[in-house]
Amino acid sequence: MNPSTPHIGLFIPCYVDQFYPNVAIATLELLEKLGCKVSYPLEQTCCGQPMANAGYERDTVGTSRHFLEVFGGFDYIVAPSGSCVLHVKEHFPPIPSMEKTQSEVHNRIFELTEFVTDILKINRMEGTFPHRVGYHASCHGQRGLRLASSSEMHISPFNKAKKLLENLEGLEWVELSRTDECCGFGGTFSVTEEALSIQMGKDRLEDHQEKQVEILTGGDMSCIMHLQGIASRQGSPMKFMHVAEILNQAIQ
Amino acid sequence: MSHPQAAAEFLKDQAKAKWHDETLWFVRDKRDRISKTIPEWEDLRNLASEIKDHTLSRLDFYLEEFEKNALKNGIQVHWAKDAEEHNRIVLGILQKKDCKAIVKSKSILTEECHLNPYLEKNGVEVVDTDLGERIVQFLHQPPSHIVLPAIHLKKGEISELFHEKLHTEKGNEDPTYLTQAARIHLREKFLQARVAITGVNFGVAETGEFVVCTNEGNADMGVHLAHVHIACMGIEKLIPRRSDLGVFLRLLARSATGQPVTNYNSHFRSPSPGKEIHVILVDNGRTAQLAREKFRNSLKCIRCGACMNTCPIYRRSGGYSYGSTVPGPIGSILSPGLDMKKHSTLPFASTLCGSCSDVCPVKINIHEQLYEWRQEITKTHGELGKSLSMKVASGIFKSPLAYKISGSLMRSALKNLPKSLIYHPINSWGKGRNLPETPELSFKEWYKRNRS
Repeated sequence: MNPSTPHIGLFIPCYVDQFYPNVAIATLELLEKLGCKVSYPLEQTCCGQPMANAGYERDTVGTSRHFLEVFGGFDYIVAPSGSCVLHVKEHFPPIPSMEKTQSEVHNRIFELTEFVTDILKINRMEGTFPHRVGYHASCHGQRGLRLASSSEMHISPFNKAKKLLENLEGLEWVELSRTDECCGFGGTFSVTEEALSIQMGKDRLEDHQEKQVEILTGGDMSCIMHLQGIASRQGSPMKFMHVAEILNQAIQ
Repeated sequence: MSHPQAAAEFLKDQAKAKWHDETLWFVRDKRDRISKTIPEWEDLRNLASEIKDHTLSRLDFYLEEFEKNALKNGIQVHWAKDAEEHNRIVLGILQKKDCKAIVKSKSILTEECHLNPYLEKNGVEVVDTDLGERIVQFLHQPPSHIVLPAIHLKKGEISELFHEKLHTEKGNEDPTYLTQAARIHLREKFLQARVAITGVNFGVAETGEFVVCTNEGNADMGVHLAHVHIACMGIEKLIPRRSDLGVFLRLLARSATGQPVTNYNSHFRSPSPGKEIHVILVDNGRTAQLAREKFRNSLKCIRCGACMNTCPIYRRSGGYSYGSTVPGPIGSILSPGLDMKKHSTLPFASTLCGSCSDVCPVKINIHEQLYEWRQEITKTHGELGKSLSMKVASGIFKSPLAYKISGSLMRSALKNLPKSLIYHPINSWGKGRNLPETPELSFKEWYKRNRS
């Protein structure tokens, strides 16, 4: 590998590390297949989002400082999660004496599909994935990072994940009735507003189920963990995969 | 009742909850479609946002400008620092005119000030003349939505109510028939009332006029028949010039109901000979909100209700679950400023999905303010348990070793504990959802074995 190749720090959200190692492996392998030099810094922990969204951003100075220390030296930071990337960009409290690193990290951190389309400038993927796929847009990725146009706005439609998936041979992209309704996960919302969270999840799933979606995919495992948890309780045969898993499997 | 409790109650009637969600989604979908017929939609939103930002930044100037010009037009201007003073001013005018019955067209501000019970206590009959408002008034309920006040009721319920109150045929649910009955009933009230109260959608500083938007024409009917028109206006309702109005009127109706324009946009500038117009400029917490830098721009709101229609929480929990005059996302950022303790659960009644901010015609960053209110509320009303567990979590994530130990403990606990314990009723996650299967290795462990 060319020594001038940018060095990517792989940021794996804590719950992905613990519950979905295959998503992290797929992200790593995908980036490697696309010619990237990737390292996973072992000292990384959690970005602090659960605390901040619960109203304790002020208690996340330590975790945020730690994150900046771990990832500050990389050319790019890439994560298979729109939500955690958004948190790092928007909701890190100002860290004293690390202003420069903080601003660099803000500009160099990317969600996976965003990194592939915007930085690697890959607009189509060649590969095979003969399945009927429904896409769940995570709100933080879509409206926070603008990974896709939101249905409320009058702008030209775009969707970075769709761009990467739609050319895979055999992949059937399913259009939903409500293209970007929230699934109801919402971090601590999923337990503090349990009844609503479940109802929203069931409704979201129903949209996919009615359209005979075989595999439900998305860019954030937190939404998928929630939807999968409901589907599994229902005994639904639907399968769930992260976008990274589909791409990594499809391009071999 | 906290929002989670009220939402859980609402969801118990699954069929009705689904109907509520679909009804409001229909309105949002209509709004989406019509907004996309306007090529400059996003420019309009920017413009409206900037006009409002500017107005709020010089609110003192524009208020005095408005007062000066309104006085010149022969309008009587009153200032009320809070709800109580507002109500006293209204009653004072009524007493001077020896008026015992009034008609009112939809005004959220008078709801906010609890004007109806105050006037009724003082022997004044109040009739809300907007159809939806009249329906909830018959039921002694507040509106459940700021534009569609009776949206929580199905036509069968309204048929039953009208049978009882207006003696319509039992079981006749035909909307035209029911509306006709309401018209006849209201016509009589209009003819009797000597004072009419309306809200204000826009006050124009440059001309001292104000604009009231309704679909039913009920505000006009009330005002034109009465001798005295009292207009209750929040101080944030100002716009600088009449030429700014076009921007807002184009956005308002489309955002609210998906209509190209509201049926009646009535301008009131000066009283007819022998008649009176009073404007009451009400603060009631708005100056305090203006002083809160992070929450200031919530005052840009033009009360279109689009954030309610789009909100996946509002649609599935109903307006009453919020327990505040203005429900939904915008209410959840306005209400804590009025009473933080009472409304402490509202900013948490959101997944921070951001749909409210994208739909807002004046670009209020609603979901970001929900996040900011959470930061404020936990300072004074944080439940100790939540605070403590978050501090522990924060401690774990600060240290890689602690994170590793707790992570592997968690995974092995989930693997080995009996299902009955994991899905115990006190575990809110497991009530309606399964947990993910626990892998043998974390990614970190896999990486160490395979890459380093």
